[in-house]
Amino acid sequence: MRSIEDIKKDFPIFTNQKDIVYLDSGATSQKPLVVLEAEKKYYENTNANPYRGAYKLSVDSTSIYNTARHKVATFLNAKYDEEIIFTKNATEALNLITFSYGLDNVMADDEIVLSIMEHHSNLVPWQRVAQAKNAKLNYLYLNKDYEIDDFEIETKITKNTKIVGILSVSNVLGTVVDIKKIIAKAHQVGAVVVLDISQSIAHMPCDVQDLDADFVAFSAHKMFGPLGIGVLYGKKELLEKMNPFLMGGDMIEYVYEQSTTFAPLPHKFEAGTQNVGGAVGLMTAIDYILSIGYSQIQMHDRELITYCIEKLKSLPYITLLCPKDVNHISSVISFNINGVHPHDVSTILDFNGICIRSGNHCAQPLMRYLGIDSTCRISFSIYNTKEDIDKLANALEKIYVKFKKYIDNK
Amino acid sequence: MNEIDEIYTDLIMEHSTNSSNKKQIENPTSSMLGHNPNCGDEIKLELKIENNKIIDMAFTGHGCAISQSSTSIMIDTLRGKTIEEAKKIIEIFIKMIKRENVSEEEKKLLGDGIAFENISNMPARVKCALLSWHTAENMLDEVDK
Ligand SMILES: Cc1ncc(COP(=O)(O)O)c(C=O)c1O
Ligand SMILES: [Zn+2]
Repeated sequence: MRSIEDIKKDFPIFTNQKDIVYLDSGATSQKPLVVLEAEKKYYENTNANPYRGAYKLSVDSTSIYNTARHKVATFLNAKYDEEIIFTKNATEALNLITFSYGLDNVMADDEIVLSIMEHHSNLVPWQRVAQAKNAKLNYLYLNKDYEIDDFEIETKITKNTKIVGILSVSNVLGTVVDIKKIIAKAHQVGAVVVLDISQSIAHMPCDVQDLDADFVAFSAHKMFGPLGIGVLYGKKELLEKMNPFLMGGDMIEYVYEQSTTFAPLPHKFEAGTQNVGGAVGLMTAIDYILSIGYSQIQMHDRELITYCIEKLKSLPYITLLCPKDVNHISSVISFNINGVHPHDVSTILDFNGICIRSGNHCAQPLMRYLGIDSTCRISFSIYNTKEDIDKLANALEKIYVKFKKYIDNK
Repeated sequence: MNEIDEIYTDLIMEHSTNSSNKKQIENPTSSMLGHNPNCGDEIKLELKIENNKIIDMAFTGHGCAISQSSTSIMIDTLRGKTIEEAKKIIEIFIKMIKRENVSEEEKKLLGDGIAFENISNMPARVKCALLSWHTAENMLDEVDK
């Protein structure tokens, strides 16, 4: 097992930004050199438009793209490579599902059930479907420990439910959702599950067959991969019946003046010149994760989360928003300094070289449900250390001291 | 923490935590909501205009220290001014934040608003400082119609 100090050296950003404390990997992770170099090497050695050239370079580019597809399929334990569709990011994958599956399969008075924790990308598109089809949008709410009770699952997912949209880990609360239970209930009533693993894929393995997931979405950039490429997994029998999402080059068979026949999977859903460089980066990021291993990643996550919660709990002016059981928290923690707005906290932390996120985290319905308008959010990755948390805690103390005298005067 | 003290000055901190302008006024002649979705800053400005003059102004709402103090300081600056004068001051403030040329004479018109001169060093927070000023600008445009 490699030490964290050693692993951290894989990431050039920490050499180039010497003293930075990066606590925003939930927004996007930093990139290891191997990923950057693999992408560069592709452009230097094999770059050509995939699918479109009859010459060797283009054929090689196509072959690399499909090697990446196979890598992702193996990573997720998909049954077939063509169940893997490359997209721009998780958002595009989720939109593809709502438009190509949702609009054609959700009917008037059907129910779409989402968790109140959903990111806007797995929520706003479903509003569009609900409005267009006169369907109902229902939410799974949280108990006081920021988790979904069984009762909520049992009562909200009904025989009228056609879609269940659920994330594996909340990008705000860090809550690890019992997705297996939700998928089982959804399938019991004949609903299709749209699983958003954006926040978990860098931390926990995903086995789509074991989960029996119908659709799964994530972005490469949150799992050490490059920006601009994401993945949609869909069960073959579902994808085959769906209409295309984006239309144009490469996704067609025969195009006539008035009509078109479409290419088979996966090309039907991959219109336009594809991001082969990104796919190479993603493929390398998968190898990177596997080389460290989910078990070390999880051990490290547990250690940091436990330490961080302890540390923040020792600061009496901090309000934590996370499940009580640390084992139900992935690698994200939201908190507030009483009386200080999160945006002021993040600005001042930034002056101290500490990067955190503040705001509503693309989860406004969740914020409203919790009765707050923003939080400070920290999120960890394999390169974070306890020292990062100590630096954070020290800076929080300084902020509190600065603001306290004004708050006390109120 | 020097840079921080340049932004989070006593003046700004006092206005953000303890503003006498944070209240409702009786029979306002107009009111308007301002919202900064990035931060979640939300303010409601109320205005009382008589004979072309701002005789009272107040705000309610919530948000970061920058947005709240900027609102409160703006109200201090604009209260008692004619619509013309107020519009001019708002224009100068916005110019200052956008780092356009502002003369010393113009700066004097800003009153304590000058405290936000350094906010342009923090692009992520410019919107917070401008929220109330843009809202007031829209309100006055409407009054003027
Ligand atoms: C839970 C969750 N879902 C979806 C997304 C959307 O990812 P992207 O912006 O890369 O499409 C994010 C991250 O922003 C997220 O945290
Ligand atoms: Zn703000």
